[in-house]
Amino acid sequence: MAVETKIAVAPAKPPVWNDPRYRALFFQVLVLGGVILLGAYLVGNTMANLERQGIASGFGFLETTAGFSISQTLVEYSEESSYGRAFLVGLLNTMLVSAIGIFFATILGFIIGVARLSRNWLISNLAAVYIEILRNIPLLLQIFFWYFAVLRNVPSPKNSHSLFDSFFLNIRGLYSPAPVFEAGFWLIPAALVAGIVGIVVLARWAHARQERTGEQFPVFWTSLGILIGLPLLAAVVTGFPLSWNYPELKGFNFVGGMVVIPELVALALALSTYTASFIAEIVRAGITAVSHGQTEAAYSLGLRPGPTLRLVVIPQALRVIIPPLTSQYLNLMKNSSLAAAIAYPDIVLVFAGTVLMQTGQAVEIISITMAVYLTLSLLISAFMNWYNKKMALVER
Amino acid sequence: MTDETRSHDPGSHPDLPPPASTVGVVGWVRQNLFATPLDVALTVLALYLVYLLVPPVIQWAFIDADWVGDTRDACSREGACWVYIRVWFKQLMYGRYPDGELWRINTAYVLLVAAAIPLFIPGFRWKQWIGLFLLIGYPIIAFFLFVGDTFGLEHVETPLWGGLFLTLVIALVGIVASLPIGVVLALGRRSKMPVVRSICVAFIELWRGVPLITVLFMSSVMFPLFMPEGVNFDKLLRALVGVMLFSAAYMAEVVRGGLQAIPKGQYEAAEALGLSFWKMMGLIVLPQALKLVIPGIVNTFIGLFKDTTLVLIIGLFDFLGMVQLAGTNPDWLGFAVEGYVFVAAGFWVFCFGMSRYSQHLEKKLHTGH
Repeated sequence: MAVETKIAVAPAKPPVWNDPRYRALFFQVLVLGGVILLGAYLVGNTMANLERQGIASGFGFLETTAGFSISQTLVEYSEESSYGRAFLVGLLNTMLVSAIGIFFATILGFIIGVARLSRNWLISNLAAVYIEILRNIPLLLQIFFWYFAVLRNVPSPKNSHSLFDSFFLNIRGLYSPAPVFEAGFWLIPAALVAGIVGIVVLARWAHARQERTGEQFPVFWTSLGILIGLPLLAAVVTGFPLSWNYPELKGFNFVGGMVVIPELVALALALSTYTASFIAEIVRAGITAVSHGQTEAAYSLGLRPGPTLRLVVIPQALRVIIPPLTSQYLNLMKNSSLAAAIAYPDIVLVFAGTVLMQTGQAVEIISITMAVYLTLSLLISAFMNWYNKKMALVER
Repeated sequence: MTDETRSHDPGSHPDLPPPASTVGVVGWVRQNLFATPLDVALTVLALYLVYLLVPPVIQWAFIDADWVGDTRDACSREGACWVYIRVWFKQLMYGRYPDGELWRINTAYVLLVAAAIPLFIPGFRWKQWIGLFLLIGYPIIAFFLFVGDTFGLEHVETPLWGGLFLTLVIALVGIVASLPIGVVLALGRRSKMPVVRSICVAFIELWRGVPLITVLFMSSVMFPLFMPEGVNFDKLLRALVGVMLFSAAYMAEVVRGGLQAIPKGQYEAAEALGLSFWKMMGLIVLPQALKLVIPGIVNTFIGLFKDTTLVLIIGLFDFLGMVQLAGTNPDWLGFAVEGYVFVAAGFWVFCFGMSRYSQHLEKKLHTGH
């Protein structure tokens, strides 16, 4: 009888230098070490250079008096304010122009995107011409065009262009009447808020009722009525506690009213028209991505063109539109930094420009500026991701 | 015309032409311009808009324009003054590069075009070698041509560089250098090693989250601080490094898109054949992935090309910077519009051409269903 001998053949262990796990570990240690060494080298050089040039470090400078003035301030600011305050002013200006730009770029972009899809040959080709011209010319050039070629050529305050004798456009900017709030004005916004709350409640109720009984309720028209009626009622009750302070020409300049500085006008105009050309293409792609069968199915169910668009096409198109739209919003926000080229007082001009020149603390200031943009980017993309998730396809 | 009705036998009715209102010019106009009352209104509105915009622009740019002359007195100021562009043309193209040395730039242009043409001929056999030459050999030749100081060429300092030439240098260096860095970053981002991956993610997201201006500011004020005492960077070089880091991050995301599109089977097959990581990437995955993302790379390049205008903020005089500079010349004040229109036309031709080319590539490379 043959004796069976069982020999457990363990797979040959690879040598340590061929084991993927050890290799990965070794490689990572190498990379990490390299990065740390590089960082240490740069930090060391920077420290030495700063010391040699006698530049202070740390964030103490934020408390120092700034001593320069800013042409557009949303919060109180004077030459005696601190650098920290100047930073806040610049940050708010950046956010203001980004918000204005995003608002108008979205509206204009949707209009042009839909126009691009129009069956009307002329309209669709005009939209195509707009898109191809605007998006193939550098944004900075467009900002320069609006600022130096258009807005620098408007007349002096004495011969301003005027509209209804209350809006004036001249080289100092766009003047418009400023609202003056009188006692009891708070009731009007309060009525507006109450109206919005009422509309939300009404819409929920109408939706639930339609689910239950199939009866529809004219939510849109009722909401419109509430939205206009309630504040109007409040205004009548309190006796219109709002008056306008009109700008008036006194000597060589206008007094009173509100003024929008030309830099803001040029920047907002260029940002929104430029970004609109990209948004238009996104909207067009989104709508064409909804297959024609969807529209046909909706029609065959008896839906009219309006509800078809609102209930079937747009919700599906939005899923395709939102992610690239987000990156356009981010681009617009980052592009608002071109403000520095036409001296609109945004965070780059005020903080990374003037404050940097005065203090010389390059490392701190550039880091803060970059951190601000990173934070704004993260905020916008977090919001859009939340919205995207809300709109996303819920699969069973 | 006869009104008589004719009778035909069943089945022998001759084919009638379609109604006149549905074919030809009339039919086209009815269908595409005046289909519904809304369409009529829109068409009228659009026609009015065209009437408002186009004739004045043509009148200004061509009919009333002044083309000949050497001084501003040659311009009647009724239309565009293209004399301004004529006078400044050399600066707009080459900056302040010395007159006698312009042949060096032109030679480089000719060499680039001559080397690039075979790439567009389908079926040309040595495309890889030409591509390799354009990526490695050409930049070296161009560097020595532009900078000089060797081979008996006069040294031309970078502050003299400018105009469209500088724009092209920045854009091309940015794209050529960012491609390899971008590929490495993209591979790192998809790596299974946590340390490598997080470093790559942090690097990419940092540069993608900030505007190019802050990167350029950083490169112009912080790089000198990073260097040991005595090492001095050229201003152009600092801008180039900034542009490279910035575009590498964008390139990495484009390449990552391509890597994700390669089916897992390709990786597994390569591993099953016993290929090492770099062989798998270099021989199997990257050739397919890069081919997929060529349109994306072209789009990144268009974006970068437009973004190069920002270098004027840190004091380099590129195409746009040169026209800004010309606009401040006391002899030529008040011609901003002409300058901007010329530069805009220049950029537009480049960008529109490239975007059309990328669309064409997308169609050509779309070999799937």
